[in-house]
Amino acid sequence: MSALKIKKGANSHSAYNLRPSYSDVIERHTLAVLVENEPGVLARVIGLFSGRGYNIDSLTVAEVDHTGHLSRITIVTSGTPQIVEQIKAQLGRIVSVHEVHDLTVEGASVERELAMFKVVGKGDHRVEALRLADIFRANVVDSTLESFVFEITGAPEKIDAFADLMRPLGLSEVARTGVAALSRGD
Amino acid sequence: MTRQMTGAKMIVQALIDQGVDTVFGYPGGAVLPIYDEVFQQNSIKHVLVRHEQGAVHAAEGYARSTGKPGVVLVTSGPGATNAVTGLTDALLDSIPLVVLTGQVPTFMIGSDAFQEADTVGITRPCTKHNWLVKETDRLSGVIHEAFHVATSGRPGPVLVDIPKDVQFATGKYTPKAPSTSHYQPQLKGDLEEITELVAAIEKAKRPVFYTGGGVINSGPAASQLLRELVEATGFPITSTLMGLGCYPASGDKWLGMLGMHGLYEANMAMHDCDLMINIGARFDDRITGVVDMFSPKSKKAHIDIDPSSINKVIRVDIPIMGDVGHVLEDLLKIWKSRGRKTNSEAVAKWWKQIDEWRSIDCLKFEQKGKVIKPQYALARLEALTKDHDRYICTEVGQHQMWAAQYLGFEDPNRWMTSGGLGTMGYGFPASIGVQMAHPESLVVNVAGEASWLMNMQELGTAMQYNLPVKQFILNNERLGMVRQWQELLHGERYSSSWSEALPDFVKLADAFGAKGIICSDPDDLDDAIMEMITHDGPVIFDCLVEKHENCFPMIPSGKAHNEMIMGEVDTSTAIDAEGKVLV
Repeated sequence: MSALKIKKGANSHSAYNLRPSYSDVIERHTLAVLVENEPGVLARVIGLFSGRGYNIDSLTVAEVDHTGHLSRITIVTSGTPQIVEQIKAQLGRIVSVHEVHDLTVEGASVERELAMFKVVGKGDHRVEALRLADIFRANVVDSTLESFVFEITGAPEKIDAFADLMRPLGLSEVARTGVAALSRGD
Repeated sequence: MTRQMTGAKMIVQALIDQGVDTVFGYPGGAVLPIYDEVFQQNSIKHVLVRHEQGAVHAAEGYARSTGKPGVVLVTSGPGATNAVTGLTDALLDSIPLVVLTGQVPTFMIGSDAFQEADTVGITRPCTKHNWLVKETDRLSGVIHEAFHVATSGRPGPVLVDIPKDVQFATGKYTPKAPSTSHYQPQLKGDLEEITELVAAIEKAKRPVFYTGGGVINSGPAASQLLRELVEATGFPITSTLMGLGCYPASGDKWLGMLGMHGLYEANMAMHDCDLMINIGARFDDRITGVVDMFSPKSKKAHIDIDPSSINKVIRVDIPIMGDVGHVLEDLLKIWKSRGRKTNSEAVAKWWKQIDEWRSIDCLKFEQKGKVIKPQYALARLEALTKDHDRYICTEVGQHQMWAAQYLGFEDPNRWMTSGGLGTMGYGFPASIGVQMAHPESLVVNVAGEASWLMNMQELGTAMQYNLPVKQFILNNERLGMVRQWQELLHGERYSSSWSEALPDFVKLADAFGAKGIICSDPDDLDDAIMEMITHDGPVIFDCLVEKHENCFPMIPSGKAHNEMIMGEVDTSTAIDAEGKVLV
């Protein structure tokens, strides 16, 4: 189970705050959802969001515990505090869901995303792209005389910033993994 | 303890192990091996319905009237898609069902085979959980787990999709055992929260119990505890449509049903209370009216086993997550240990106010002339059947609301109606399910002629199994509730809401070999109802009623509990533009 690094709550509903304070401010929350690794489980989670009209800003999923048949879904969502509480409660209701954690409210957490950028250009643009990539600690994973593929890892904001800089320099394709997140400490 | 057997045999064995005595179903190519096993045993009765939707509603009626899960067996493709309405109905009303569907063999899945449908995909949003079983070794375990999931926590429908090759293949049978799955909903409520509610009960000046289907789902013990709590505190109690019977209608603390067509005193008490104790209800939109103006002055407590129900619609002050029975037991214990206190002086004053509201007598009606008023028909049905061992089902519409208003329920599990989904065509098959479970009891389906026609094919089922279900049809030759809304909202333009080309219900009964009774004269009504009750067999009772009667009282769309319309006086301006978009 060490691969999971999920903070165990007092009970399986630890992510729920049944006494929330409501406001109309839209908040961004990162949820870690531990699910049974079985066919259709992702459809259950996504179907919940589409069926009830919730937002998905980013979603990643992969098996994290082979022997325990568990996958971890990291969902970045946004909504008013009441909506976010509903989302967590609705997720917890899905039979295949083992645990729901709201990393945004359960103490500090780290978020990382991996992205690949294809930048096509010549001359000064090409040099500038390489220089900026160095500043952002992006790696070159493919190169031709007229293109680079950069690989960059970081918080989503850092990746957004890198994309903004690459756009005028010949950005032609982007692939992003979506956010993976863990709570800090043990 | 594992035995080898075919998948089909396993299914029947698992059902027997689960204590199933009745299965509602319809055969087809993809379930033939299972039907072959059903044929070769005597432990389980199979009820052949005439349409798969009927099978699911019958299983709902069986489940609601017994507290046990209902079981359905249907084939792949159209068999499964026909079950979808019933599954959705059961999901919204939290009825435990286990639905078994056949599927094309595993090696043909995805090939658009004959009678193939993506059953688990289609039913994912309308079941509590579902499974596609591709290995025979897993089959019995999944079926046992299906019963566990359907009946634990907030109950609901589950579906197991079983490919035909899995039914034929041999595998290991795993007997029923206590569930080891991670799905174990929390039953006990937080004692601190319960204590906070006790403190609120001790201080409350204008309290009201707002109860719902959760009390009934929690089992008869929960209803008993609720009765004890109501009697001991002396607080008034109202209930949603789904909760009728959890507190006896003859009890003096009973305010009647609340909500859109609820009683005036119940809705006024909800609006003006200072402590609302929601027990197993979910602040449905038929209950709250416009949310912004819902019970503005009250502290609200909410007992619910489903955390997603709490704070979904109405923000509550005292949230208690847990099973109604468990929470009420702790609540009573704590309240008694603290000296059984209530603010009895203030509560007596509150009752005075309630009695004033009661004195308006919002359900009064006058039966005059030679046309039967639907209210009168139900009042007579109530008078002539209330001393029987009686179960009532309904279809959906005006008759359903009148039944909720004019019939009194003394016990839980006696009232079967489609609340959340509002499924026309629910009542007749549901009555068949109820009668299967209670062969000696009087089972009456209060129906409208339009709803009843939606599943009238089940008359064949009633005849085949000699189920003496009484179909009490309030025939106004209209889609009454649609017509009422068109009158209130759409300038009396009755678009498609008049039932044209109705059958002669007596001849229809005759054609199936059932008894038909027609009654149009109020003076004949009692005799006709008695004839229906005493006939030993299915009866279609065609009760011709006032065609344009409206169902009141009514909270118009977009209005609050204290803005009810009580009768025909000035209904033209009752609903404003904002209310019109609401359903």
